[in-house]
Amino acid sequence: MNLHEYQARDLLKAAGVPMFDGDVAATPTEAEAIARRLGGTVVVKAQVHVGGRGKAGGVKLARNPAEAAECASQILGMTIKGLVVNKVLVVPAADIATESYVGLILDRATQLPVFMVSDAGGVDIEEVAARTPEKITRLPVDPRYGLLPHQALQLALALYREWDHVKAATRILQQLYRTFMANGASLAEINPLVTTPDGRVLALDAKIVVDDNELDRRPDLAVLRDESGEEPSEVQARRANLTFIKLDGNVGCVVNGAGLAMATMDLVKYYGGEPANFLDIGGSSNPDKVVNALKIITADPAVKVILFNIFGGITRTDDVANGIVEATRQFKVDVPIVIRLTGTNETEAFRILEGVGMAAMNDMDAAVSKAVALAKEAA
Amino acid sequence: MSIWVDRETRLLVQGITGREGSFHARQMIEYGTNVVAGVTPGKGGQQFDGGVPVFHTVAEAVAQTGANCSVIYVPPAMAAGAVQEASDAGIDLVVCITEGVPVLDMTTVMPYLRERGTRLIGPNCPGLITPGAAKVGIIPGSIVTPGPIGLVSRSGTLTYEVVHHLSHAGLGQSTCVGIGGDPIVGTNFIDVLAAFNDDPATEAIVMIGEIGGTAEQEAAAFIKEHVRKPVAGFIAGQTAPKGRRMGHAGAIISGSSGTAEEKFQAFEAAGIGIMRRPVEVVDILKGKLK
Repeated sequence: MNLHEYQARDLLKAAGVPMFDGDVAATPTEAEAIARRLGGTVVVKAQVHVGGRGKAGGVKLARNPAEAAECASQILGMTIKGLVVNKVLVVPAADIATESYVGLILDRATQLPVFMVSDAGGVDIEEVAARTPEKITRLPVDPRYGLLPHQALQLALALYREWDHVKAATRILQQLYRTFMANGASLAEINPLVTTPDGRVLALDAKIVVDDNELDRRPDLAVLRDESGEEPSEVQARRANLTFIKLDGNVGCVVNGAGLAMATMDLVKYYGGEPANFLDIGGSSNPDKVVNALKIITADPAVKVILFNIFGGITRTDDVANGIVEATRQFKVDVPIVIRLTGTNETEAFRILEGVGMAAMNDMDAAVSKAVALAKEAA
Repeated sequence: MSIWVDRETRLLVQGITGREGSFHARQMIEYGTNVVAGVTPGKGGQQFDGGVPVFHTVAEAVAQTGANCSVIYVPPAMAAGAVQEASDAGIDLVVCITEGVPVLDMTTVMPYLRERGTRLIGPNCPGLITPGAAKVGIIPGSIVTPGPIGLVSRSGTLTYEVVHHLSHAGLGQSTCVGIGGDPIVGTNFIDVLAAFNDDPATEAIVMIGEIGGTAEQEAAAFIKEHVRKPVAGFIAGQTAPKGRRMGHAGAIISGSSGTAEEKFQAFEAAGIGIMRRPVEVVDILKGKLK
């Protein structure tokens, strides 16, 4: 789960990370009031879960409160890469001497949280990592012992040589580490970490990604989810306990298991089609899940055909067949449905579908190529 | 022959009285797996299905039954503790089926296991099966057949799809191992590949990866260097968008790293037979087996 910049700021601020004052606004009037309180020139920043906000016009400079209100009214409600902006962050436009990057990621290779710091900050760190990896200092942390003082010092020295800066950065690194661990993060970064002409070290922008697996045991983090910033069909799917990602094609896919769901999308592409979605109905075979899945997929007007690919293991294919029958009873499905079922209770599943005049197939390739052909006919 | 589980396996089921645990315990027993004990704290002294003794703790179960392998079906918040308990009780092979284990939990579990020499498979995995001998986890016994192909995968149902094609073509399996779809897993591709390479009963290997991370690239390098058996490889997620978690916590392309194409290229460079579709596994292996 991605947190908004203002939410990440709140968590880091609570841990003591120094940053410019600032606040979040949902209306131009609120933005104006914040700008007035801050005084001077401010930056109005769209709070939306996409990169490249600045380029899309989602970050604007305002010289006075009236301009802040004007900027906020332009940014609020605008759509950036398909997502509507509902909030803006208003912060002072600061004088900056240097920009650095400090980040902490959950690293697969070392199986540990790993710090990455670079004095080349304010830019895309992945680009730095790809082009000039020598500019990044990496340090794995053993979470049993935490970030040890000498490790924090070593990282701070990779950023700064001036002792006051080094001391300040050492504290910030410890605070960033504590924020990461305390909030079940898979990524926490301050980019840029800046120094000001008057010698302060401050976090200017922050990003935190919380591990979705933490949310069940951490209701305090789960409430930070901003569903207004997500694709509505994906929100609806999550509430129905389905894993769904909307894509741009026209072949709707309903599959059990994430790996098979990806492989099904790949096969759609292989046969010349385009998948409309990724959808994993999971291991259990509650017919309700199938009904919900069909509701979500049929709501997308781009979908020209629906492809079921079910490999029955724990999932009982007869339950899925019952779900398909139940869904078509509850609402009209206007596009053809191609069904591939194999595995647990498949004879029963085929009988259920035949009973309502629906055909099913056994072979994945045959079903996918048929679905792609139907989508092409309809397009 | 096979790797890691066979007729000598004395299996313990952690969470045996739960909904998932009891269902799968029955399936494993039905398959012929030697299930010797179950553990559910608070339910010690009961009998599961009239034949399997249930204990409060893994240590008690091991002392009483000589269990040497454990499979875990407990809720996500308790999974890390269950793995550590099994390790502490001296279990050599721990298989964690549970999906949704917080990844930070694994960062402290892994060093704990290394200190005790415990092998963990998973979490968020379908487990492993040696056809005709032992099923530890949830891979359906009905689709596998004994034979010479070793299979390792990050996925569940996609594995079944590939096994289904193999079995239909008369290509049986030595052992099928699902290592799991999480970013941090106890056993990686290389561990399984090394075991298959050393297993005289395994004549060829199938490796099923997916987008995200670099485990497949590292495995390809290992294969090039060490594996002297034919390998066929598939990567799921060729059409996955960047930056989105495709169901599995580990299946995410971050930036431009972890793409299917990058992994296929690594396979190609290592001389691995590329499967563009699951069904192609049959032709690739038939061509390479004597």
